[in-house]
Amino acid sequence: MTVRLFVPADAAAIAVGADDVALALAAAAARIGRSVEIVRTGSRGAFFLEPLVEVETASGRVGFGPVAAGDVESLVADGLLDGIGARSLGLVEDVPFLKAQTRFTFSRCGVIDPASLDDYRAQGGGLGLARAAAMAPAEIVAAVSASGLRGRGGAGFPTGIKWKTVLDAPGARKFVVANADEGDSGTFADRVLMEGDPFAVIEGMAIAGLATGASRGYLYIRSEYPHAIARMEAAVETARRAGWLGDRIAGSGHAFDIEIRVGAGAYVCGEETALIESIEGNRGEVRAKPPLPALKGLFGAPTVVNNLLSLAAVPFILAEGPEAYAAVGCGRSRGTMPVQIAGNVKRGGLFEVAFGITLGELVEEIGGGTATGRPVKAVQVGGPLGAYFPPALFDTPFDYEAFAARDGLIGHGGIVVFDDTVQMDAMARFAFEFCAIESCGKCTPCRIGSTRGRETLDAIIAGRDVSKNAALVEELCDIMRFGSLCALGGFTPYPVMSALRHFPRDFGLPETAAAKAAARETAA
Amino acid sequence: MQETEKRTAAIVARFAGVEGATLPILHAVQEAFGHVPRESIPVIAAALNRTRAEIHGVVSFYHDFREEPAGRHHVRVCRAEACRAMGSDRIVAGFETALGITLGSTSADGAVTLEPVYCLGLCATAPSAMIDGKPVGRLDEAAAARLAREIGR
Repeated sequence: MTVRLFVPADAAAIAVGADDVALALAAAAARIGRSVEIVRTGSRGAFFLEPLVEVETASGRVGFGPVAAGDVESLVADGLLDGIGARSLGLVEDVPFLKAQTRFTFSRCGVIDPASLDDYRAQGGGLGLARAAAMAPAEIVAAVSASGLRGRGGAGFPTGIKWKTVLDAPGARKFVVANADEGDSGTFADRVLMEGDPFAVIEGMAIAGLATGASRGYLYIRSEYPHAIARMEAAVETARRAGWLGDRIAGSGHAFDIEIRVGAGAYVCGEETALIESIEGNRGEVRAKPPLPALKGLFGAPTVVNNLLSLAAVPFILAEGPEAYAAVGCGRSRGTMPVQIAGNVKRGGLFEVAFGITLGELVEEIGGGTATGRPVKAVQVGGPLGAYFPPALFDTPFDYEAFAARDGLIGHGGIVVFDDTVQMDAMARFAFEFCAIESCGKCTPCRIGSTRGRETLDAIIAGRDVSKNAALVEELCDIMRFGSLCALGGFTPYPVMSALRHFPRDFGLPETAAAKAAARETAA
Repeated sequence: MQETEKRTAAIVARFAGVEGATLPILHAVQEAFGHVPRESIPVIAAALNRTRAEIHGVVSFYHDFREEPAGRHHVRVCRAEACRAMGSDRIVAGFETALGITLGSTSADGAVTLEPVYCLGLCATAPSAMIDGKPVGRLDEAAAARLAREIGR
């Protein structure tokens, strides 16, 4: 009997040897005359277990991981092909990191063959689109509004309101733009979903098209994700052949098609107006708002620009009902967030969970603390523009408002863990440096401020006029925060000021001056 | 040089009817030539009814597009926060030593280009890098040195 094995073809799994493991498994099975079928799935997101090999057994899928190609021979000799062996993790769904999750968006990721639309359908895929195809646009929008879904790119704007604006906007043509320009360090949810469940992305975009009257969608993927690009290109082709995209999608009278666009290494293109400029073929410079893209966006037409994760949450909402999505969460943050735990952490990976879990639970309990075994000194939440949180603030619940109240942001849901060897003055300097490298140059506070900030941090690190220069940094951050056109310049003060406030000694400052700095920033 | 222009024109023709085709064309040109040759710019500009300055502006804005050929092999080491938290400084140093070049440069024999990249989305298997399009993670100095040696010159 043929044994079914599952080995991820996710880029991060490949980065730690999954391709070699798959080859070794095929060779080892052949040597002992066993017939195997190796399915290359996406990743379940438990990256600390990658490469994770799964074996289909009568009681379910049994996991082994992390597996090195060199271990395969002995694992097979010990019974891996029958799901047994001392190194078995047991049933994969019972692995604590996976069992503790609430998977609405990522339910199929790592489970199905991402190349197979039949697999997708067999696991509930397509139900949302089928429902939407039988509904009036306003009904779809109402369902998304009722779910409480908010923009997963970081701004947290209610998705339903954005869709309604586009639906109500007059326009001969309208567009859906899916933002997969996932440039934040510590985030990889878009990548993992595109590689592991690409049809969910297509389904979400198609529903957005039905809801707003858009007939064309653009999926903008960053060039640093070649595996995701290839996977999505293939999935779009398959979806066209199956009638999910085209002149009459999913049996409705509506036309919708998707074109994939590849970024070119500009972080700022994750900002929605810069992204629109980039699709139009221009320098990725930010536009002043208004006009809102919802009214005058891509090629001057009403445009829904949504983060990929926002769109990918929609099929569940339509299939299971908005109440099911809104039933979990915390305050005004409804539903789930695919949190990404990364950096110096013992159990790093993607952890989809209802809003409300605390930062400390995510870092200490789920993540297991640092990989190096040293104490956690700081975590940066929300990418390079997110604040650094010390363990003293680990009681902060994962929720848009709770993070804002502590001068932070959840952004795209990335958490980067640092141990006690990190020098926070160097990280503050890097925040300015990154902003200088990636600034589009359109507004002065960001273009000039980032470079001046880096120079001033250099002076502080060299020990020159430390308190005077720290005051200068504060003032500069104020200007950048309130004077920049977009979040790149506007939010770079988050990592800088949080580092200064929470870790003044790393800058050669006494605690008191930092407390003052904290008070001033809070007042501002 | 007429050859470059001819090949560019053939590439541009493939994107007839595509709205906002500048980036797709530039990606295709770079894939064909390894960089965006100076001679390609007027051809692209004419086809898109834009100025040469506009096309040059787009090329120079995006980090991916290069105006000079890169090395035959391309090593990109992640320098963003998650990889820094796992010691990407040491990985950069490892590649620099093994390849004999500094970050952001190409070896004199044109074999290798070593560049920083700001996030490959491999943040839970940090520190990471990408070598000729192949992702590598959980690196240490020894792995960096080994990978550098494996790069064929």
